[in-house]
Amino acid sequence: MTTQAQRAEMNLAGRSAGWRIVARKEFADHVSSARFMVLLLVLGAAAIVPLYFASDTIRSVASQVTDTREAFLALFLVSPSSVPIPNVFNFVGIVAPLLGVAFAFDAINSERTDGTLPRLLSQPIYRDDVVNGKFAAGLAAITLVLLAVVGVISGFGIVRLGIVPSADEVVRLLAWLVLTVLWVSLWLAFGLLLSVAIRRAATAALVGFGVWLLVAIFGQLIISLVAGILAPVANAGSLEEALSLTALSAAIARILPLTLYQEASAVLLNPTVTTVSTPTTVGQWQQWQQQAQGQLLSFDQSALLVWPHIVALVALTAISFAAAYVMFMRQEVRA
Amino acid sequence: MGAPIRTRALTKRYGDLVAVDVLDLEVRSGEIFGLLGQNGAGKTTTILMLLGLTEPSGGTARVVGFDPARRPLQVKRHVGYLPDAVGFYGDLTGRDNLRYTGRLNGLARDEIEAKIDHVLEQVGLSSRADTPTDTYSRGMLQRLGIADALIKDPDVLILDEPTTSIDPIGVVEILDLLRSLRRDRGMTILLSSHLLGQVQSVCDRVGIFAAGRLIGIGTVAELAERFGDGAAHIEVTFARDQDTEGAPDARASLAAIEHVSTVEQDAATSSWHVSVRPIDQSGAVREAILRAAVEQGLRLTSLRVLEPSLDDIYRTAVAGMSVASVTTEVGA
Ligand SMILES: Nc1ncnc2c1ncn2[C@@H]1O[C@H](COP(=O)(O)OP(=O)(O)OP(=O)(O)O)[C@@H](O)[C@H]1O
Ligand SMILES: [Mg+2]
Repeated sequence: MTTQAQRAEMNLAGRSAGWRIVARKEFADHVSSARFMVLLLVLGAAAIVPLYFASDTIRSVASQVTDTREAFLALFLVSPSSVPIPNVFNFVGIVAPLLGVAFAFDAINSERTDGTLPRLLSQPIYRDDVVNGKFAAGLAAITLVLLAVVGVISGFGIVRLGIVPSADEVVRLLAWLVLTVLWVSLWLAFGLLLSVAIRRAATAALVGFGVWLLVAIFGQLIISLVAGILAPVANAGSLEEALSLTALSAAIARILPLTLYQEASAVLLNPTVTTVSTPTTVGQWQQWQQQAQGQLLSFDQSALLVWPHIVALVALTAISFAAAYVMFMRQEVRA
Repeated sequence: MGAPIRTRALTKRYGDLVAVDVLDLEVRSGEIFGLLGQNGAGKTTTILMLLGLTEPSGGTARVVGFDPARRPLQVKRHVGYLPDAVGFYGDLTGRDNLRYTGRLNGLARDEIEAKIDHVLEQVGLSSRADTPTDTYSRGMLQRLGIADALIKDPDVLILDEPTTSIDPIGVVEILDLLRSLRRDRGMTILLSSHLLGQVQSVCDRVGIFAAGRLIGIGTVAELAERFGDGAAHIEVTFARDQDTEGAPDARASLAAIEHVSTVEQDAATSSWHVSVRPIDQSGAVREAILRAAVEQGLRLTSLRVLEPSLDDIYRTAVAGMSVASVTTEVGA
């Protein structure tokens, strides 16, 4: 009779602990894995090299700006003028999906091929503990990588360029980090979905990287082609028409989650950006010009501006994760 | 507590294929039960349903007092399971793999370490505990799998093909381990196998599976009686030099013993094959043979009971079943 009560107690304890035990093991695997080291090195180098080339530009920006408030964030915004390398947030926007897929494409299918899945699922944990734990571990590992990269960049700015961040800049940087972690989560959830749906890890990796290529490189090309056909801003007769066509092409571009992330990043990191779209057209350019004369946006205002973007990214992540989750629940344990 | 494993009309269908067909099975507390059947008979499917790893299409199961379909965690907490193609994380050592299982079972840190040493000792893997499991042989992985199932100190142990990749001496060790677990810990053990001869010595009872149906259940002797020829078989060998002139004598004296139904000489080994009917008189007949040998001065060199082979039983049982199903089809 006492065992009944004890069991109930163990039950409660066991319920919350399952995913954490899985996450702990997976995280330990991640940080000791070759892929973690490789990604850390590649990203570290990728962060340092553009900074090195951009440091002259940043220095001149810092000296021009009387109010040096945004000088620190320039580290993340300015792209080098001497070499064609994207700035940090564009770069992270393109590389983060790769990180997400790399840490999740073999999460479930490798357990299957290694024959560890029946053993794992015969332990007293719920099936969702496995998915949740693996997701959490991947997220923790990637957050670690991102923190390292941001740390390197900030350290470079503080030590080499002598730029000290203001409180507002730190808040903006942290908000951007959260946005970036969310951006990575989307791809992690997508990678997890692939690892559940595709039995062979190599195939899942190929599909994942294929989709990444499509989104990161051809995506914008295709979207701008589509936008050019559906909303030919150049043919606009009036300013009003041009503005509405611009709005349409921006909406088309937002089909790509990458656009969502890049627009939101630009707003969060740069207090002078007062609209979510980059001023590539006459109307927006004028608007931007007018507003640029005025006040810088406070962090609250910037955050309000990108709120819909964040909601959209959260929704996409939730959909991917739920799909992975439901599919895994329904699968046979046997391969 | 009732039977630790009990199923009622348990059924599993994969589309049109009926993998397990209305199974009623009961495994008693503290017994070693063998689930025997050919490839595809439905052994693994049954085991997966018992653990709540596969949803039954119909019927119910009860394992350690819980329904595995509804309360899988309760079942998994008390049941150790060795999957048929067991695998481990190759870059982790055997010890690390077991530690992970221990944690997943919510064991305390020092409890886990003590337990790991103990179970590794039990399966004879202590010397390789700290090498990555990538370097293990198939049989070593299987031993580690048994250790893994024992970490949680289960009340019920379910082993799917525990002896398939293990060498003959290893099989004897593993079966001895199972016996001692049953004896010292009172563990209930369900094991599946298609190597009938290999596990018959350890099983208190066996269930014979064919095409998802249990076609026979009982002790080996009971099954032998039901599906065999209803006779016990004894092999008797006398010293060589007596064969020529003593042969007729030997045949006569063996045939004279009560309950002996037939006596035949094996041409190759020149030993005698004695059938005993009814089957339970085997002991009395063996005694009588010894007495006769002494009284008549026959130099007995060996006397052994030929275990009724489950392979034979299995063959007749399956043959009987297909005949039965043919007749029902004709009848319908
Ligand atoms: N996921 C599945 N989908 C469809 N059919 C399946 C599935 N899993 C098993 N089966 C079928 O169910 C039947 C029973 O399979 P099971 O694995 O239980 O047999 P078994 O007795 O364990 O055989 P073995 O000795 O080869 O391990 C087989 O005919 C098999 O083809
Ligand atoms: Mg099987």
